[in-house]
Amino acid sequence: MSLLDNRSIRVSGGILLTIAVCALAGPWISPQDYLTMDFDRQLMSPTMTGGQIFGTDDLGRDLFVRTMLGIRVTLLVAVVASAVSLVIGVAYGAIAGFVGGRVDAAMMRFVDTLYALPFIFFVILLMVVFERNFLLIFVAIGAVNWLDMARIVRGQTLSLREREFVDAARLTGVSTARILLRHIAPNLIGIVVVYVTLTIPQAILVESFLSFLGLGIQEPQTSLGALVDAGVNQMEGASWSLLIPASLLALILLCFNFLGDGLRDFFDVRHTN
Amino acid sequence: MLRYTLLRVLGAIPTLLLVIVLAFLMVHAAPGGPFDDERVLPADVEANIARAYHLDESLPKQLLRYLGGLVQGDLGPSYRYRDYTVSELIGAAFPLSLKLGAMAMALAIVVGVSAGTVAALQQGTYLDRTVMAFSMTGISIPVFVVAPVLVLFFAVKLQWLPAGWSSSTGASRMVLPVITLALPQIAYIARLTRASMIDVLGRDFVRTARAQGLGTLTVVRLHALKPAMLPVLSYMGPAIAAILTGSVVVEEIFGIPGLGQFFIRAALNRDYTLVLGIVVFYAALIVLLNLIVDVLYGAIDPRVRYR
Repeated sequence: MSLLDNRSIRVSGGILLTIAVCALAGPWISPQDYLTMDFDRQLMSPTMTGGQIFGTDDLGRDLFVRTMLGIRVTLLVAVVASAVSLVIGVAYGAIAGFVGGRVDAAMMRFVDTLYALPFIFFVILLMVVFERNFLLIFVAIGAVNWLDMARIVRGQTLSLREREFVDAARLTGVSTARILLRHIAPNLIGIVVVYVTLTIPQAILVESFLSFLGLGIQEPQTSLGALVDAGVNQMEGASWSLLIPASLLALILLCFNFLGDGLRDFFDVRHTN
Repeated sequence: MLRYTLLRVLGAIPTLLLVIVLAFLMVHAAPGGPFDDERVLPADVEANIARAYHLDESLPKQLLRYLGGLVQGDLGPSYRYRDYTVSELIGAAFPLSLKLGAMAMALAIVVGVSAGTVAALQQGTYLDRTVMAFSMTGISIPVFVVAPVLVLFFAVKLQWLPAGWSSSTGASRMVLPVITLALPQIAYIARLTRASMIDVLGRDFVRTARAQGLGTLTVVRLHALKPAMLPVLSYMGPAIAAILTGSVVVEEIFGIPGLGQFFIRAALNRDYTLVLGIVVFYAALIVLLNLIVDVLYGAIDPRVRYR
C-alpha cells in the first residue's frame, strides 16, 4: 500500500503542499512587497483587477504578500520548533527507555510533573523576560512540545531493547551510545514521523497564540497569528483582513491534524491488517 | 480513600514547588533589572530602590523571602501599578474570570456529553458524522480565530449580541465569550464521550440490562453514563488548563477586565512581579484543580484507589 492510497494523507498533504508552494513563490512573483506602505491605498478590498487579490491593510501594505510571508514564518517556526522538540524528546525518551530501571522511573516521574504545568504561561513568561527574537520562539515552543515525544519514544525503546538484534550487538561488544544510534534510532523513525506531524500543528498553535497577543513575531515581520490580530482591529470595515488569515490558519491546522491521523493509520500495522 | 487522598496531596506539593522556583528563577535570570527605564537614575537612588525591593540580596535569599511571603498569600508589590500589591490585583480581577470559566466549563460538559452520547447511540448515521466533523473542526481551530469570526458575524454583521464587554451591561455580554471559550472543550468532550460510550455500550452488563427489558435512555442513565464518564473526568485537568489559557485570549478580544487581560497587560508592560504572581497563581490553581479531579476519580472508580 502506498502513502497516496490514504485519502486523508492525499487531500491534506496536497492542500498543505499547495499552500507552501504559494507561500514560497507568491511574494517572489508578486510585484508588491510586504514593507512598502501606500497611504493612497489603505484598506482596499480584495480585487482581481487591481492585482491585490487579498486587499491591503491599514497602512496600505499588500495583504497577499504579507499573508504569504506570514505563512512562511508560521511554517518555519512550526518546523524548527518541532525539530527542537524532536531532538529533546527522542534523546530523553530513548535514554530513559534504554537505561530502564530506577533512572527510567525518575526520568518519567519528571515528565509527569512537567505535564501538570501550565506551559503556555511559562512561554509567555519567557517572552516577557527575554528579548523577543526568532531563536527564542523556536526554543520556547520546542521546549514545550517534547513531552509526548519522550513518552512515545520511551515506550518504543523499552520494547526494542529486549529484541535479539540488540542482544547480538551487545554481545559483540558494541558500545551503548552506538547501539542507541545505529540499532535503536532507525527503528524509531516510523513512530517519530507520525508524532512530528502531530506536534507541528501544536507548535503552530503556540506561535500564533503568542503572535496574536503581541508577544511573538514583531512588526514589520508577520505571521498568521499576527495577521489575525491585525485583522481583529480592522474587522468592522475590512472583514477580509480578518477572514483570510483566520481561514488559512484554520485550514493549515486542520490539514496537519488530518495528515497526522492518516500517517498514524498508515504506520499502525494493527489498523492495516 | 483517605490514604489515596493524602498521597495525592503530598504528590502535588513538589509539582507546585517546582513551578514556583522555575518561574521565580526565569524572572530573575532576565537581563537587566525591573527598573531599567530610559531615564537614568542617580546611583544612590537606584541603590535605595534595590534595597526597598530586596533586589540587593542574594538569589536564594530572595527566593526564600518570596516563598515565605507566598505562604502568607503575599506575592509582593506590583512594579507598574503603584500602591497595589500583586495579591490585591489578582483578588480584584479573578472573580470575573472565574465566573466566565465556570460557565464555559458547565456549558462544555452539558453540551459535550449530550452530543457525544447521542452520537454514540446513533453510531454511523448522518447525525454521528456531523457531530464528529464539528468536533474535529472545533479541536483544530484555536480560540483566537473562532472568537473574532463569531464577533464579526453575530455582533458586527447581524448585531444580535454585543461585541464587547463595555458596550452592554446585561447578561447578553456573557453569551459570546462563554460560547467561544466552551466550543473547543465541547468538541473534545463530545469526542471522548462518544468513544467511551461506544465502548461501554458494548459491555456485558449493558447487554444484561437491555435483556431485562430496560429502554435505551434508562440503560444510558442508570448503567452506562457513570463508567463512560471516567475518560471525560480525567480530561478535566487539561480542560481547565485550556479554559484558563483560552480566557486570556477571550478577555483580550472582548475587553473583559478579568485576570487574563491583566496578565497580557502585565506581560506587555514587563511588570515582572505581576506576571510572576499570575503565573504562580494560575499554576497553583491548575495543580489544585487537578488534585480535586484525581481525588474525585478515586471516589468514583475504586480500582484507581488500590493501584
